[in-house]
Amino acid sequence: MLVNQFLFLGAVLFCIGVYGVLARRNAVLVLLSIELILNSVNINLVAFGALWHATDPANLSGQVFALFVIAIAAAEVGVGLAIVLMIYRNRRSIDIDEVDLMKG
Amino acid sequence: MDPTAGWFLENAWIIPVIMAGSFLTILFFGKRLPERGTAAIGITAVAACLVLSLGVATQWVQRVNDPPSVEHGFDSGEHGSPGGEGGGGADEAPGSPAEQPAGPAAEGEHAAGLGLAAATAAEEGEHHEVPPVVHQITWFQNGGVEFKVGTLVDGLTAMMLVTVTIISLLVHIYSREYLHGDVRFTHYYAFLSLFTAAMLFYVMSSSILQMVVGWELVGVCSFVLIGHWWEEKKNTDAALKAFLTNRVGDVGLLLGVVVTFFAAGGTFEILEINGYALSPAANQTLLLVGALLLFGGVTSKSGQFPLHTWLPDAMAGPTPVSALIHAATMVVAGVYLIARLYAVFFEGLNIGTNSINYVALIGGVTILVGASLAFVQHDIKKVLAYSTISQLGYMVLALGVGAWTAGVFHLFTHAFFKAGLFLGAGSVSHAAHHTFDMREMGGLRKHMPSTFATFVICTAALMGIFPLAGFWSKDEILAGASQGQQQAYTLMLVMGAVGALLTAAYMTRAIYLTFFGEYRGHGTPHESPRIMTIPLWVLSVGAITFGFLNFPKILSLSEGLTTRFEHFVEPTFLFPEIEHPTFNPVLALVSSVLAIAGFALAYQYYWLGKSPLAGLSHRAGFRQGYVLLENKYYLDTLYSDIVVGSTKGPIARASYWFNQYVIDAVVNAAGRISVALAGVLYRDVDQRVVDGIVNGSGYVSESSGQVLRRIQTGKVQQYAALLFAAAAILAGAFVLAVSL
Repeated sequence: MLVNQFLFLGAVLFCIGVYGVLARRNAVLVLLSIELILNSVNINLVAFGALWHATDPANLSGQVFALFVIAIAAAEVGVGLAIVLMIYRNRRSIDIDEVDLMKG
Repeated sequence: MDPTAGWFLENAWIIPVIMAGSFLTILFFGKRLPERGTAAIGITAVAACLVLSLGVATQWVQRVNDPPSVEHGFDSGEHGSPGGEGGGGADEAPGSPAEQPAGPAAEGEHAAGLGLAAATAAEEGEHHEVPPVVHQITWFQNGGVEFKVGTLVDGLTAMMLVTVTIISLLVHIYSREYLHGDVRFTHYYAFLSLFTAAMLFYVMSSSILQMVVGWELVGVCSFVLIGHWWEEKKNTDAALKAFLTNRVGDVGLLLGVVVTFFAAGGTFEILEINGYALSPAANQTLLLVGALLLFGGVTSKSGQFPLHTWLPDAMAGPTPVSALIHAATMVVAGVYLIARLYAVFFEGLNIGTNSINYVALIGGVTILVGASLAFVQHDIKKVLAYSTISQLGYMVLALGVGAWTAGVFHLFTHAFFKAGLFLGAGSVSHAAHHTFDMREMGGLRKHMPSTFATFVICTAALMGIFPLAGFWSKDEILAGASQGQQQAYTLMLVMGAVGALLTAAYMTRAIYLTFFGEYRGHGTPHESPRIMTIPLWVLSVGAITFGFLNFPKILSLSEGLTTRFEHFVEPTFLFPEIEHPTFNPVLALVSSVLAIAGFALAYQYYWLGKSPLAGLSHRAGFRQGYVLLENKYYLDTLYSDIVVGSTKGPIARASYWFNQYVIDAVVNAAGRISVALAGVLYRDVDQRVVDGIVNGSGYVSESSGQVLRRIQTGKVQQYAALLFAAAAILAGAFVLAVSL
């Protein structure tokens, strides 16, 4: 079984996610881009899991890890959106460039 | 160790430990107890010690009668054979066999001197060399020398133990009434116990270093008890005088200890030192120097001329203390020192061959000085104090002329009758409203019959009236002086005889002023309670009977009755060969006549008042002599005004100069150097180096912070970009590393 297509898809999604994280000014979109990065990793995990599963049917580590990542991602989005909501309430804006209180 | 020596001889160390325990108990718990309780602790402890001491004496007598078998072979009955490796304490004995004077010639003379005793010993075919029982532990080690402490028990020790404990017991009992209601009753009993402990420790010392410890301990107890009533300056002055005068002699003692230590090849052991002194290898000069230095200590402690001046002043202490410390026990510590290290003195001073030597001469001078000064005292205790000095002179004289047994025997008998006299004087003072001035007494014989009777008995013993204790011991001393070893000590014989005359006269005077004539004091005198008179009677019995312990060989009495004291007390192990004087009836008669003459002169002078000597002290030629005596031969003036007075000014000035110009200069220089050094440290080290490091590190932190703050923009996406860039670089590096 070939995994190249899956890995390629994962790499594309990862790059799109990185771009989104670095370039978008809207905090919600940044969060969405982080989801893309996480899901690209999930694709990799599942692809390699399937690859291993073919030779060793008892090995389901990749799939299990992907489920863990999904669960963590859900929690992360919950916390992230709550932060965004608080920023919006305080500033009436979710432009991430304006949130630079930690400037040295 | 010798397993057959007997329990009491082996465990003699318990005796001083009991008294030390009594001291600590009284010191810590005495204040909470009633007076009777405090006294009971002390009395019980001394009584226990007396029992143990009697045990020691009994077992020693058994040991002499049945000596431990001596392992080496020698001809039966021959004296002067090597001590060798025999019996208890033999492993401490110096290995100098065959170095003691031996040989048929010496043997012959010796046998002649010993008379019956030697013959009997020879008949029994027994070697009567009885080694002392020695038990030692190592105290400390230094420079390869082991310093040991332990007990050395022989006849002399046993005799001293018994004497000290008997007198101490009686004094403990007597003091309960005499010191009744005293402000420092507890303190008094505590130090009485400590003194007894120290004295017992001293007499059973096995090394002279240990003896010095006991010597100083009894000295400090003497100091404390003389100053018992320190509220009066007179008493504290007396205590200081006693202490400081003793220091003068103690310098000699310490130097003597050092000299003997090095002379004997680095040992403090008494037996080894005696063994060295008797060996032919001994250095005569070193022994002489050591003996004379040690005699310095004896001079002060035993009140010998010219350091006797502290003893009369020491009468400022409570009377029982005078009886115990300043008459019976502590002051004989010096005599005991000579007796213990007799080989050193005997060989060092050539006692055997001379007809005069320093020790005997000082003893003789002390007899006359003490006796003559006793005439002009008004204080009954001072009369007794000068009498004590005089009698100590007899003991030292006896040891100086080689009459060892006579001197030690006099020590023994004197302890009893002089303690009796002091306690009697205390009883008189108790009756006559706490005065010791004989001008405020008189006529007391009607009021105090017991005290009077015992005082007269003890006085008769002191005078040397037949057949009381003093007669036998004093007569033995005179006999020893008249016969000497190889030559007679004629000068000492004359001094002793004159001393006997004077003793009788001044004691008669004291008795007349105290007990006869009209009462001149205040109030009504009364007899002391029984707790005080019983010790007096006990001591009087001792004064009557103890002379018979060394009954001379006369009237062809059996061996078991005569010269018991000599037989049991005189050491036979590592002891010089000394000849024993035979009883001389003429001399005994002369000394008795002299004593009676002294009594008669004083009787004529005081009772009849019409002696040709009447008004002696006011006659032209004798007036100066009286003034000389009143001023105690100007010795105190010499010491306090001339010696102290002429030295303290220059010494003070020299000390001041030294302080100002040497010590202060050193101190100031040290201060200035410190300031300069501190300046250098401040400017160069602290300011530049230490502060430089601290400031430099701060500066580096600050400037690096300035650089680094630029990249902290607060923009999350820049951080993320950095993160990803770094991750990408790391990933690239990783890929590169793997592919290479």
